[in-house]
Amino acid sequence: MSKSRNLLIGSALALSTLAGPAMADKLGLGRPALPEEISAWDVAVLPDGTGLRPGSGNVETGEEVFAEKCAACHGEFAEGLDSWPVLAGGEGSLTDRRPVKTIGSYWPHLSTVYDYIHRSMPFGAAQTVSVDETYAIVAFLLYSNGLVEDDFTLSNKNFTEVVLPNADGFYPDDRPESEYPKFRAEACMTNCAEGAPKVTKRAVELNVTPTDPDGKPAGTLPDIVAAAAEASAEAAATETPAEATPQAEPEPAPEAAPADQAAAPAAGPHPELIAAGEKVFKKCAACHKVGEGAKNGTGPMLNNVVGHPAGKVEGFKYSKPLLAMAEEGLVWDEAALHHLLENPKAFIKGTKMSFAGLKKEEDRAAVIAYLSTFAQ
Amino acid sequence: MSDEQMSDEPATTKGPSRRAFLRNGALAGAGLVAGGTAARAATPDPLITEVQDWASAFGDPVDAAPYGTPIRFESHVVRRNVEWLTESPVSSINFTPIHALEGTITPQGCAFERHHSGAIELSKADYRLMINGLVDQPLVFTFEDLLRFPRATTTAFLECAANGGMEWGGAQLEGCQFTQGMIHNMEYIGVPLKVLLAEAGVKPEGKWIYAEGADASSNGRSIPMEKAMDDVMVAFFANGEALRKEHGYPVRLVVPGWEGNMWVKWLRRIGVYDAAVESREETSKYTDLMPDGRARKWTWVMDAKSVITTPSPQAPIRHGKGPLVISGLAWSGNGKVTKVDVSLDGGRNWQEARITGEARSKALTRFHLDIDWDGSELFLQSRATDETGYVQPTKNALRDIRGLNNVYHNNGIQTWWVKADGEVENVEIA
Repeated sequence: MSKSRNLLIGSALALSTLAGPAMADKLGLGRPALPEEISAWDVAVLPDGTGLRPGSGNVETGEEVFAEKCAACHGEFAEGLDSWPVLAGGEGSLTDRRPVKTIGSYWPHLSTVYDYIHRSMPFGAAQTVSVDETYAIVAFLLYSNGLVEDDFTLSNKNFTEVVLPNADGFYPDDRPESEYPKFRAEACMTNCAEGAPKVTKRAVELNVTPTDPDGKPAGTLPDIVAAAAEASAEAAATETPAEATPQAEPEPAPEAAPADQAAAPAAGPHPELIAAGEKVFKKCAACHKVGEGAKNGTGPMLNNVVGHPAGKVEGFKYSKPLLAMAEEGLVWDEAALHHLLENPKAFIKGTKMSFAGLKKEEDRAAVIAYLSTFAQ
Repeated sequence: MSDEQMSDEPATTKGPSRRAFLRNGALAGAGLVAGGTAARAATPDPLITEVQDWASAFGDPVDAAPYGTPIRFESHVVRRNVEWLTESPVSSINFTPIHALEGTITPQGCAFERHHSGAIELSKADYRLMINGLVDQPLVFTFEDLLRFPRATTTAFLECAANGGMEWGGAQLEGCQFTQGMIHNMEYIGVPLKVLLAEAGVKPEGKWIYAEGADASSNGRSIPMEKAMDDVMVAFFANGEALRKEHGYPVRLVVPGWEGNMWVKWLRRIGVYDAAVESREETSKYTDLMPDGRARKWTWVMDAKSVITTPSPQAPIRHGKGPLVISGLAWSGNGKVTKVDVSLDGGRNWQEARITGEARSKALTRFHLDIDWDGSELFLQSRATDETGYVQPTKNALRDIRGLNNVYHNNGIQTWWVKADGEVENVEIA
C-alpha cells in the first residue's frame, strides 16, 4: 500500500519538475466553449440519465428504424448476422462455456445502449440516428429482449425507470484483493514441479494461424543461410547472360499505364485483381452486400452494379442528390465508380455514403473488378 | 546502371566474382551449421577476398527516400492481422512483429493498430479539443494552443486488454506476434492532462473524466480523477515525430500502465463528471466475466507480464547448438520490472535473466539470457516480477481464479517448445 502511494507521489513530482513552475498558474490558453458547441459534442448519457435529450420513440417505430439501419448486421430480430454482435437473448448463459453477452443478458445500464447507438451507430454512418429514432431503437431492443411489451414507448421521462436484468452483475476490479496476495509469494527457482513437462495443447493442431506461402507462420524470419543458397542457385541459372541484359536506362522508360491496359485481357479483369478487390471490399462490406441473396443494408446491395444506371436497386432509400444524378443519367461505368470511390462525398454532394474513400487507384480498380463479377 | 559504368573496374570481372561469392557464401553458411562453434572456412570467403559491387560503386544518393522505410530485406517485419478474428477490418486489430524487434522502443510504422471505425485523417488545422462538464470554464483548445503548454515526456507501453485473449482457452496461434503482439512502447511528448484540467478548473464534485475521440466510434472511456491528475498525458509526438495517423494524429491520450482501449486516439473531448459514463467500451466490452456469471469492471491495470520474443515460432533457431541468445520483453502496469526469470525446462527450474538497458516504470523492459544450447528440446518460459513483488502467474493459476470465460488481461506465462531441429511451437504443458 505505502509502496504504491510513494509511487504516485514520485511520478507526480517527476511530471511537475518537467513541466516547470508555470504549471501553478493558468496560462489563459484556449477559449470558452460555446453552449452550441458543448451541445454538439457532449452527447454522453450516464446511468442516472444525465445527458438525455427530450424525446421519445416506441417499439413499433423502433422495429422499422432497426430494420432499415441496423438489421443488415444485427439481424431483423437483433440476433446478429455472421459474427456481428448479438443484441438479444442469452439470458442465463453467463456461466455457460459459451456465454451470449447481449443487452438483455449482460449490459448493466440502458444508458449505454442509448449512448452507443446515438453516437456510434450505424457502423459506417455514425451520428445519423436522431434522438427520437434512438429512443425508438432502444425501445425495440428492450422488446426483443422480452423486457417490455410491444406497446411500450421510451422517453427521457421514463428512461431511468427501466432496469436491465444484469444491472447488479458487475463489481469493481478486485484483483488487488483476490489475486495480488496470491501472486506476491516468493517465486520458486529450483525443482518447482515434478517430472518432465508433458505437452497438453499445441497451437499447430488448431491450424488457425496466418501462414506464409511456405506454410510457416506468417512473418517467420527468413533463413539467411538458405536465402543465400537460393540466391546462388538462381544466380547460376540466370546469370550466364548477365552481361547481355543491360539495365534499362531511365529516359526511355515506357509509360506504365498503357502497358497495363494492353496486358489486361479483353475477357475480363485479372483473377488477381479480383482477389485483391475482394480484400479491399471488406472496407465496404459493413454497409454493402454482394453475392447470392444479398440484401440492402446501410447501403444498397451491389450485385449487377458495374455498367448499370445508378439509383436502381429495389427497395433502397437513396439520398436525394443521388436520385437527382440518376435522373440525369448517371451510369456506374468504371470512370464514375472511380470517381465515387475516390471520394464519395465530393462525387455526390450530400450522399448518405459516409465512407472516406479509397485513395489508391489500384484499390479502386480492384474493387470495381471484384464488383464486376457480381453480374447476372 | 550508370554507377557501374562510372566504375574504374573493367565490367567483365564483375559477373564472375558475384556468382562465385554467392555460391561460396552458401557453402560457408552450410559449413557453419554443420560445424557449430568450430566453424572453419575451407576456402577463402569471396565476400572478403573479392571486391563487391557495394564496395566499389555508389549507393543511393541522399534524398533517395526523403522519409525512409526499412530496407527491402526486412519486408517481413510488418504488422499482421488474423482475419478470422473480426468481421470488418475497420473495426479490427493487428499485431506488432515483436519477434523481429529488439530493444524496447516500437517504431510507429509497425506498432499494432486497433481501430473501432477506421483510422481517420484529421489535420492539425481541423483539430479541436474540448474540456467541459464539471469545470469552472469549459474550454476549446486548438492544436496551436496545446503546443504552448509546458511539455512533459513519458515512455510507456500500450497493451490491448485482449492481448493473449485468444490463448485463454489454450494455445492457439503460432508466434508471439499473434499471442503477445497487441503491444507497443513509445516515447511520448505532450502536455500532462492535469495541466489542461487546471486551465479549465475542475469543480470539487468532478470525480471522473470521460475521454472520447473524433472518429465515428468515438470510443469513449471513463478515467477516475486521481489517475487523470497523476500520469495521464495529452500527447502529440511519439518516438520523436508526430503521431502517425493510425496512432491518433494529431493528438492522443496516454494512460501509462492501463489497458490500451483507454488511450483514446484523435482525442476531441474531455468531459468531467461526478460518475463514470459506463460507456459501451467499459460495460459490454473490456469487462471480465467470472465463473459465477458476474463480471469485474474497471479492470484498468495491465499486470506484470513477459514473453520470450526469440526464439519463438516465427523466430526458430537456425544456427544449431552452441551459443544462443534468448531475448524477451517484460512489463508491468504497476511499476518497474525488477526481475525476469527464464526456464528452459517448462518451469521446473529457473535462472535470472539480464535486464538490458533501463527498466522504466510502466514501460517495456528488455531481458536477455545467453546460454550454451546443447541441441536438445527446450520448454522455454519467462516470468516477470515487478516492484510491488507481483510475480507473473501461470495461465492455469489465472484460470483457477477467473474461469474459462475470461478474455481480457491474460498475463499468464507463455511456453515455447523448442525442438532439436530449432523449430519452435506454441504449447501448453502440464
